[in-house]
Amino acid sequence: MCGTCGCGSENKGPAILKPGEEKHEHSHGEHIHEHSHEGHHHHKEGHSHTHDHSHDHNHKVLAIEQDILKNNQVLAARNSGYFEAKNIFALNLVSSPGSGKTSILERTLADLKAEIPFYVIEGDQQTMNDANRIDALNIPVVQINTGKGCHLESDMVYNAVKKLEIKNDSILMIENVGNLVCPSMFDLGESKRVVIISTTEGEDKPIKYPDMFHTSDICIINKIDLLPYVNIDVQKLKDYALKVNPNLQFFEVSATTGEGMEAWYEWLKENSLKPKVH
Amino acid sequence: MHELSIALGIVKIAEDETAKAKAKKVTKIELEIGNLAGVELASLNFVWESAIKDSVLEFANKEITIIKGLGKCIDCDVEFEMENIYDCCPKCGSNFKGILKGKELRVKAIEVI
Repeated sequence: MCGTCGCGSENKGPAILKPGEEKHEHSHGEHIHEHSHEGHHHHKEGHSHTHDHSHDHNHKVLAIEQDILKNNQVLAARNSGYFEAKNIFALNLVSSPGSGKTSILERTLADLKAEIPFYVIEGDQQTMNDANRIDALNIPVVQINTGKGCHLESDMVYNAVKKLEIKNDSILMIENVGNLVCPSMFDLGESKRVVIISTTEGEDKPIKYPDMFHTSDICIINKIDLLPYVNIDVQKLKDYALKVNPNLQFFEVSATTGEGMEAWYEWLKENSLKPKVH
Repeated sequence: MHELSIALGIVKIAEDETAKAKAKKVTKIELEIGNLAGVELASLNFVWESAIKDSVLEFANKEITIIKGLGKCIDCDVEFEMENIYDCCPKCGSNFKGILKGKELRVKAIEVI
C-alpha cells in the first residue's frame, strides 16, 4: 500500500510538478514510494524452501526504542541544514481550508517581490490551481499533489526543493495542505511555522485543534475586514491560543483590503536572514 | 488521517529491524504513545489492519502503553499531570510549561521469530 496516501496503487505517489508540467513525469514520486513497498517484495521472495523452519519457537525480543516519525525528522533536519547553509528563510504555512493561506501569500509576494527573492511550494491533494496563481506573479513555484494524503512530509519538500533550485538569501514559502490536524506532526525543516486562522472560523479553534497552535511560532488572524459582520471575539481567540502556546506572536490582517499586512511584512523582513553583504 | 502515516512508519521500523535480526516475522510489537502526541488510538486501530497487510507485522500482537502527560511549570516549578496540551499550572495558573512526558511516539520493542 502507498505510504503517503493509503491508496492501493503503486503508481499514485505525490506528484511534484512545476506549472505546465505533465502529471506522469514525476520520477521523484516513485522514489518516495519505494520504501513502503520494498520490504513487502523481499518478504514474498524470501519464501524459499531451503530454509530450516525448526527454530520457530525461538522467540527473540529486540529492544528498538525508536521514534516512529524518525524518518520524517531525519529528512526535516536535512532540509533545515540546507536552508541554513543557503540563508533561506523557510516558512510552513498551515491552516484549515479556506482561511486564506493562498490569498495572504499572493498579496505578500506581489508587495514584496521587488525587495526579496521568493520561492513557493504549494501542497494540495489535487489540482495545480494554487501553483498557477503563484506562477501568475512570476514567482518560481512547485506544486505537490498529495493525492489522498492529508499533509506534507519532509521527503516531499526535499524533492520539491531540489526541483526549485533556490538561490541563496531568499524566502521559501511552503503552503501546507489545508488541514488543522495532521500537518502539525510533520516537521518539514522550516525556520518558522505560521498558523493562519480567519475571523469566520470561531474563536475556540485553538483549543479545539491545540496541536497546530502548540507547534506554531506565528498566528495570522485573517479576514479582519469581515469583523463587523461576524460574531467573533478576537481577544478571546488570542487568549485561547496563548493558553495553548504562550509564545505565539499575532498579526491581524486582511489579505483582501491589505489592512495590517505592513506589520507582517516588517516581521518577514526582520526575520528573514539578512543577505550577506561582504 | 495522519495515523496511516504513523502506522506505516511502524511497519517500516518493524521491517528494517526484522531484516537486521535475520528473523522472519514479528510476533509481538510494543508501542509507547503519549496522550499528548496527537494520535487518535481509534484511528490508529482503524488503519492498522490495512497497514500491516503483507508485512512482517501481519500476525503480530500489538501492545500499546499509553504515557500520561506530565508538565512542569516554568514560573513556579511545580510538576503536574496534563490531559490537554493547553492545561495550565494548577498552582499558579501559568501557561508557560515544559512538557516532560506525553509526546512519546515510539516503537519500544519487537519480538521476532
